[in-house]
Amino acid sequence: MAEARPGAASDNGVDLFGFLARFAPLIFLFVLMAIFSLLEPRFLSSINLFNVMRQVSITGLLAIGMTFVILTAGIDLSVGSLLAFAGLVAAAVAKGGMQDRFTVGEGGVGYGWELAALAAILVGVVGGLIQGVSITRLKVPPFVVTLGGMSVFRGAALLFAAGGPISGFEHDFTWWGQGKIGPVPVPVIIFLVFGLIAHIVLRYTRYGRQIYAVGGNPEAARLSGLNVTWIICSVYVIMGFFAGLGSFVLAARLNSAEAVAGTGYELTVIASVVIGGTSLFGGVGTIFGTIVGSFLIGVLLNGLVIMNVSSYIQQIIIGVIIVLAVAFDTFAKSRRKRV
Amino acid sequence: MPVTATAPLLKMSGITKSFPGVKALDGVSLEVAPREIHALLGENGAGKSTLLKILAGAQGPDQGEIVFDGKPVTLANPHVAQQLGIVTIYQEFTLAPDMSIAENVFIGREPGRWPFVSWSRMASETEKLTRRIGLDRNPMTLVRDLSVAEQQMVEIARALSMDSRVIIMDEPTSALSLAEVEKLFKIVRRLREEGISIIFVTHRLEEVMEVCDRFTVLRDGRNAGAGDVADITIDGIIRLMVGREVNTLFEHREAPPPGAVALEVKGLTRLRTAQDPHATEIRDVSLSVRSGEILGIAGLVGAGRTETARAIFGADPFDSGTVIIGGETVSIRSPRDAISRGIGLVPEDRKLQALFLAQAIRTNMSIASLDQIEHFGFFMDEAKERRLVEDYRKLLNIRMAGPDQPVGNLSGGNQQKVVLARWLALRPKVLIVDEPTRGIDIGAKVEVHNLLYEMARSGIAVIAISSELPEVLAVSDRIITMREGKVTGELPRSGATQEKLMAMMTLGSQSRAA
Repeated sequence: MAEARPGAASDNGVDLFGFLARFAPLIFLFVLMAIFSLLEPRFLSSINLFNVMRQVSITGLLAIGMTFVILTAGIDLSVGSLLAFAGLVAAAVAKGGMQDRFTVGEGGVGYGWELAALAAILVGVVGGLIQGVSITRLKVPPFVVTLGGMSVFRGAALLFAAGGPISGFEHDFTWWGQGKIGPVPVPVIIFLVFGLIAHIVLRYTRYGRQIYAVGGNPEAARLSGLNVTWIICSVYVIMGFFAGLGSFVLAARLNSAEAVAGTGYELTVIASVVIGGTSLFGGVGTIFGTIVGSFLIGVLLNGLVIMNVSSYIQQIIIGVIIVLAVAFDTFAKSRRKRV
Repeated sequence: MPVTATAPLLKMSGITKSFPGVKALDGVSLEVAPREIHALLGENGAGKSTLLKILAGAQGPDQGEIVFDGKPVTLANPHVAQQLGIVTIYQEFTLAPDMSIAENVFIGREPGRWPFVSWSRMASETEKLTRRIGLDRNPMTLVRDLSVAEQQMVEIARALSMDSRVIIMDEPTSALSLAEVEKLFKIVRRLREEGISIIFVTHRLEEVMEVCDRFTVLRDGRNAGAGDVADITIDGIIRLMVGREVNTLFEHREAPPPGAVALEVKGLTRLRTAQDPHATEIRDVSLSVRSGEILGIAGLVGAGRTETARAIFGADPFDSGTVIIGGETVSIRSPRDAISRGIGLVPEDRKLQALFLAQAIRTNMSIASLDQIEHFGFFMDEAKERRLVEDYRKLLNIRMAGPDQPVGNLSGGNQQKVVLARWLALRPKVLIVDEPTRGIDIGAKVEVHNLLYEMARSGIAVIAISSELPEVLAVSDRIITMREGKVTGELPRSGATQEKLMAMMTLGSQSRAA
């Protein structure tokens, strides 16, 4: 019985499996990049790499929020829909209403990007709060609440947009999606800055500790005096914040917001988090892993595009990868138990 | 009666099994005769579970030979073991609660012509089996509606339906009341008469003396002794289990001078509700405990001890009653309220209710007192946290590799010390410990008892709940007994004996016999 032995895994030399499990996503990312660069030299060009990072940054922002949710053993399927709805609201604010939705570059009509961004985040936070309260007060499982939310927010977006996109923003709005600081695209900077903040929150704050505790063992967390209800509710608000922020950056990048934006994002986002090593069973995972996972998915999709693989096959690959990542997690877990 | 003269039905010899970095079994042998109740004993970590898993076919041995009924066998998987007639009944039952007794008994082997199930045959066969062991229930009753003891009988019926020749019972009495244990013993003896051998794993040595014919003791993955139960005493078995004299075990301390009343509970009542019809009720429970005193609560399973503790701590709501702390009536609606009033609870199930098994020792230890180790009201002061872990590692003699080691890797005793450290870090006025030494080995038990004395000496009012009477007698200054949700008596330590306590815990409880 290993239970009587401190450090059972580490004292028969190097725990190769543990090392691999920890750095598997990073190793996989580099292997993938090596393969793509051998097959297609254009892949490694700085233009293409920054392009990949720009694409990754939207789903990456959502994945940061999703990490908080999954750490509590929850899930949020509504991210794509909430993003679409929040983006439309932001766009409408930027355009000063729905009248001039198709006019391009008409200055001075709407409100500034500041208010637009604020509106997007507000919609996201309120949407997340409603779902968080439903989960904790009505005691409906997160899967069901956010599956409902997925439909509700998409419907709200379609209703709001009345069938068409809202496009054509001021330059200082679109800068947040299309601009660069030096060679680095602005969305990438936003993604990494918020990743850093989230990392600090999870790793170094009391609130972060409590999230891991609630995910690891909710009953033990309650009996240790934690306000479990509040903590669970809060992660959906955080998820909503990132959906709002992501919607603003996406609208800025595309210079347009539409009701079908973000369709299928929940899959990419959850895949990024899970591939990054966060356990769907809660309590285990890091933001660093999520960032690596996001890049991994981005590189994979970009590489497949460069190699002219059809987008249908890309979908199949992402689906398979999610299942494999969870299978790996389950395997690692059962191995930990046995040792 | 034991028939030791005949050839053994089951003979395991030289069984060795290693896990990465650990040798769980080292040349262990086990012989079980036909028609024998055989006790398999040992401290936690002695290798019992691994041996059972090998017998059940869940794990293969690295080396060693298993001879069953005169023929060498390889128990490659659980199916092979069952085919041979070796069936294991685990401590946690493996029944499907929303299926009937009959479906559970014949799960995977439903009678009838494929693909159809013959319900009538399944029911009648099940009834035959359940009647054989004295379970008087309609075979179509849902397992959810059965008591724990009845569910165990369903497990036994399932084992019988497989034409078992050896039934392995892992801690079968741990969740049973006294009357139910007696009933189980009757069934076990009856099975022996029918020619079935039983391997009986238990921590309760009195039960070994009462029901078992022979015993095998494991220690540190090796054989420590075996023989006829008639030839040995409980003390003798304990010596084999721990490999040392244990006359210091469960020795009592000097009674301390009483302090002021730290906690008083009056008329605490929690009744069943429609949502939770199986809950244990507590009725009009009153108790008090002084600073520096250890109050023991004795009672059988289902007496309401844990429920009382959880109600005081705010873990479960209660219907009526008052909680008075330091002379002040307080309202406790959640564990947060209780903790802010200086009450701590070490819950009965360490792994399910206290620990974050995958997480580091330091986060497990500090989770209830995070406000002590933060700076700027937001960030954790990890250096301070490591100092806290180091302080309690020394104070409680926790054997661990380092503060970042996952707590799940520790032994049960060291895990329990981590939980105790979590509460000590809060400097509680009142600490309730529910089954503080459940599932930890004897050496660690003594250490935990000494820690409880130390806590009391430092002025904490301790309430200790335990199912083991020697433990209650060893740690308590004063003991109250509970039965069916009510307090049935109170004794000072000096006037208490196991017999007196047992009488107060069980008196008039015939009606409870299932």
